[in-house]
Amino acid sequence: MSTATLEAPAAAPAAPASDKLTKKILTADHPTWCPGCGDFAVLAAFYKVLEKLQYPHEKIVCVAGIGCSSRFPYFMNTHGIHFIHGRALPLATGISLSRPDVHVFVFGGDGDGFSIGGNHLNHAARKNVKLTYVIMDNYVYGLTKKQTSPTSPQGFKSKTDPTGSIDRPINPMKQLLASGATFIARTHAAQVKHMVDTFERAILHDGFSVVECLSECVMFYEGSFDDSTPRKGGVYDIIDETQHDVKDDVAAYKLADLPSPGKFGVFYQVERPTKNALEQKWIDATQSKLGGLSGKDILRKRIEVMR
Amino acid sequence: MSTATASAPAASATQTLRNAVIRLAGNSQDGIQSIGGFLARLAGRTQHDVMTYMTIPSTISGGPSIFQLHLGSGHVLHPGDESDVLVAFYQHSYDAHLSALRDGGICFYDSGEVSELKHERNIHHIGIPFTQATIEAIGGSAKDRGKNMFVLGLLCAVYQLDKEKLAGIVARQFGKKDESVLRNAMLAFDAGYAYPIGDMGTFNFEEGEHTDQHRISTDGNTIMSMGLIAAGVRYGAAYPITPWSPIMETLRSELPKYGGIYVQAEDELAAVSMAIGAAYAGHLAITGSSGPGLSLKAEALSYASMAEIPLIVVNVQRGGPSTGLPTSVEQSDLMQAIYGSHGDAPRIVLAPQDVEDCFYIALEAGKLAREYSCPVIILSDQALSSRIEAFTEPDLDKYWVEPVLDLSDRGADFKPYPLDKITRHAPPGTKLAGKYPHVSGLEHDEHGHPSGSPKMHTAMTAKRRNKLIELSKKLPLPEIYGDQEGDVLLIGWGSTYGPIKEAVNRLRTEGHKVGAAHIRHIHPMPAGLDRLWAKFKKVVVVEMNDYGVYGHGQLAMMIRAAYAEPKIQSLCKTDGLAYRIREIVTGVEKVMAAN
Repeated sequence: MSTATLEAPAAAPAAPASDKLTKKILTADHPTWCPGCGDFAVLAAFYKVLEKLQYPHEKIVCVAGIGCSSRFPYFMNTHGIHFIHGRALPLATGISLSRPDVHVFVFGGDGDGFSIGGNHLNHAARKNVKLTYVIMDNYVYGLTKKQTSPTSPQGFKSKTDPTGSIDRPINPMKQLLASGATFIARTHAAQVKHMVDTFERAILHDGFSVVECLSECVMFYEGSFDDSTPRKGGVYDIIDETQHDVKDDVAAYKLADLPSPGKFGVFYQVERPTKNALEQKWIDATQSKLGGLSGKDILRKRIEVMR
Repeated sequence: MSTATASAPAASATQTLRNAVIRLAGNSQDGIQSIGGFLARLAGRTQHDVMTYMTIPSTISGGPSIFQLHLGSGHVLHPGDESDVLVAFYQHSYDAHLSALRDGGICFYDSGEVSELKHERNIHHIGIPFTQATIEAIGGSAKDRGKNMFVLGLLCAVYQLDKEKLAGIVARQFGKKDESVLRNAMLAFDAGYAYPIGDMGTFNFEEGEHTDQHRISTDGNTIMSMGLIAAGVRYGAAYPITPWSPIMETLRSELPKYGGIYVQAEDELAAVSMAIGAAYAGHLAITGSSGPGLSLKAEALSYASMAEIPLIVVNVQRGGPSTGLPTSVEQSDLMQAIYGSHGDAPRIVLAPQDVEDCFYIALEAGKLAREYSCPVIILSDQALSSRIEAFTEPDLDKYWVEPVLDLSDRGADFKPYPLDKITRHAPPGTKLAGKYPHVSGLEHDEHGHPSGSPKMHTAMTAKRRNKLIELSKKLPLPEIYGDQEGDVLLIGWGSTYGPIKEAVNRLRTEGHKVGAAHIRHIHPMPAGLDRLWAKFKKVVVVEMNDYGVYGHGQLAMMIRAAYAEPKIQSLCKTDGLAYRIREIVTGVEKVMAAN
């Protein structure tokens, strides 16, 4: 089978009834996360979205780097690859660009996404690579047992900042807006319905979609998101899209500037040609000039020029 | 040294040569590389052999630069220790390169630029106002562009080269540009061709050996790119670095013709990761770089060993460490290629021996990556990357590999990491009757599940190592060139292939019993390598890297470690230049003289 015959996924794919995706089918190993970890809810929400979308089972691929949340692929009974720290996005880029027929999902944490892999986030975003990236942000390094993360608020006490964090945390929404991502959203692991809806919109977006999902680390940063958790007395303030134009990046930037806990929902969404589409366009234009020559003959002609 | 006639040329006669070395010395912006390239291409088309050598300054604005061609009727094995003809564009070119001209050689110099001559060693000086004559020919332009074409015309006349073919090569190069560019180029060329050079006489070359097969002339980076495409590469990613960049530029513009994509990544780490992504997705993928970039890719390469991902990685070596000598040649990344990652991370390392071999090594890398499901590093170098050689056009009917994306259904017993056989991944899109596989950089069990079991780590480490041992048993021993037994066996790798052979020729002429073996499979090496040197008193491993703390070059260290053979010695150098034949000859004579 040649790569040229691979088709982009259909807009409304349907799997045969016998292959219907259910949570049971999608479940693999029991998660190794600590009891009470927010990531359990993210996993459950992802099962729900896949149950709804019913993509062909074999066309789903889950990618992750290193971190607690990056164990995600092991808990999914789908094609999965667990890569190195910070490089999940470029790996996923390689899959997405070379395999337009599969759905690429990337999972990771704030260290992977905003620190060691921060520059990859900028570039995957500007290139508008077709994939969905869920960043489970817990404001702390959990796998390595409580060091400061790039999103830890100033004053947060960790093993690397025993008297409280000194460095200003990054603002993920503002950074993503500047980098050129075409779908930028923020949700919360304790808000299951909102999380499921947000994931679904992200997945259906044709381009680079990224969702920051606040997901509490009960071991090393308990109570981090109480101010956005209603049952803990906080406020979960969802963006009113009748008032906020998701195409307006300046408005989105202002929303992103609100003090903690800020807003949740889709900050920004625009249509822009994906790198996948632009590369394919170049391929098509190049091949249209070759008069249907076989690959071997194209190379033969190229080498003949050196005679 | 290389001409059939030893003394200064006789007046107004035509002498027939077997070979000649021409050194063009100017600045990098003078276009001496282009005319060198034209002459090299002409050699390929006229059944002559050629090897070129060039230096390029690593500065953006240019600077002193040379292009040397060794043209010949027989097999040309090296770019030439000293030149028969020097073309000096400036006083600084003259001053720096006169010493590279043989006794009795000819020096053409720009008489408008070079004023202080050294009349020594019976050198024949011919002053010609390249710049002024070019301006007059093209028509009063103050720019000194085009003097390279004037010199090309001059050399065409002196060596009685095939003017029509040469003009055709020039036309093809300039034909795509504005019409006036070609017209001016040919005006300058004709002026040089017709310029009176006095009583110096002319030369022509012996007929080359005729062959029915087509011959091509090109550089190592170009033909390696073609080899990668022929091997089935359609995807990959890289980051620009000298001298690797031309390969990524070529793949970027060529792969769309085949439906593929080459990505310019944001950095080396992303580049190798994207390539691993494409490989995981079921394609033969390639990343590449030069020394510093290979260091940056090291973590992901360790992953590729662990996760057993087939991947081609090209390293066009340059002078190191650190930023080092970006435009010079060195073979100092051998250990990095074999061991430059954390953990026990076995991978295959190959080294092409000449420009032609850059094509075949790429094919072999593709085959081995697929067969052994692991990274394969190709160690090329700066000399191979840019030098031009003429060779037989590869037979694509024989070597073309059509890429296949295998998405066939896998049975219920599918395991990504079976302990009893080599891993064959099931790429995304593959339907599985059983559980879906996980590809992992954590130590894992046969299903790809993380496993910290001491037994499993031992077993999996052995699985990853044993496939390379299997490969080493299948690899052919290199043939010995020259004497099959005797005083010294020379062992080399990479771009020193030709120079070592030529050194063997000279040492044998001097009465020594000397042979040479060239190692293309650097890791694993072919099993039973010790059979090569069983009948030699000494072994000298010739490399362009440092003797190091323990007195041996990097390949010598490897072979000594593998065979504990004390008769293995090293001949190393670290001047950033390709080996001259006499450096090898002298070095080997020293080893022979010392007990």
